[in-house]
Amino acid sequence: MSEHDNGHWEEHVKVYLTVFGALAVLTVLTVAASYLNVSETEAIFLALAIATIKASLVAGYFMHLITEKQTIVWILALTFVFFLVCMFIPIITEMDHAKLA
Amino acid sequence: MQIPYTIEERPDTGLNNSKLGVWIFLASEIMLFGGLFSAYVFLRMAAPEGDFGYWGSKLNIPLATVNTMVLISSSVTVIMSWVSLKLKDFEKYKMYMGLTLLCALIFLVIKYFEYTGKFHHGIYPSSSTFMGIYFTLTGLHGIHIIGGMIVMAYFWLPAGNKMWHSNPEQFTNRIEVAGLYWHFVDLVWIFLFPVLYLL
Repeated sequence: MSEHDNGHWEEHVKVYLTVFGALAVLTVLTVAASYLNVSETEAIFLALAIATIKASLVAGYFMHLITEKQTIVWILALTFVFFLVCMFIPIITEMDHAKLA
Repeated sequence: MQIPYTIEERPDTGLNNSKLGVWIFLASEIMLFGGLFSAYVFLRMAAPEGDFGYWGSKLNIPLATVNTMVLISSSVTVIMSWVSLKLKDFEKYKMYMGLTLLCALIFLVIKYFEYTGKFHHGIYPSSSTFMGIYFTLTGLHGIHIIGGMIVMAYFWLPAGNKMWHSNPEQFTNRIEVAGLYWHFVDLVWIFLFPVLYLL
């Protein structure tokens, strides 16, 4: 292992620790935000926004998606489309009710 | 038979087979949890107003916050165990992997106290729609924690020493993909925590 390689890993470790710090701060933030006096819709938006940022940090840096090969990105993009379909099904049923009412 | 492309990358995918395999598995895991999250949305929309909020307020936010921190920490230690192997430091790997297993154990112990606390108050999955989906989601997540612990414990015990000495590069890749799974379990919790405890 050369000097250069060790330095390269030190950079990686710095990034991991920074991400860890960000995740910890965002966790405190999301708990604090849950005590805010806002409407249910605003609370849901806020909580999901913070969770999405946290999830992106984990996927991007810990799971290396930022520098990962395109193959994985395409598999995940396809999965995400089906995931969205999954999440929209309950909303579509609600629209049915709205029409009937 | 030797499994091909466990170390070198396959020319057409640009990945080693272990990594591609685990990512495809994780895609199926996204759909597994996705279906249950979808069920949560469906049940919440159909529930009487304030019902989910009422039952959700019975959950212990401080314990779940600590558990969130524990899981995030375990994500860092598991990645550090992989970095240690990249730097050919097996002793450090052992330490970080041990810490990861410890974090996983702490998570389960806290979860155990949460569950039994609910049972003592006569709250069961059958108590309400919210509790039904709460126990289903956190239970399935807990099973994933146990599954990850079994795999990581196997790599941590003497079997890991043997693998490291006979084929260090392949062992490093094994730890990397086990880590990918572990980050995914952390990622699921990142969504479970606000959805179940805070909303």
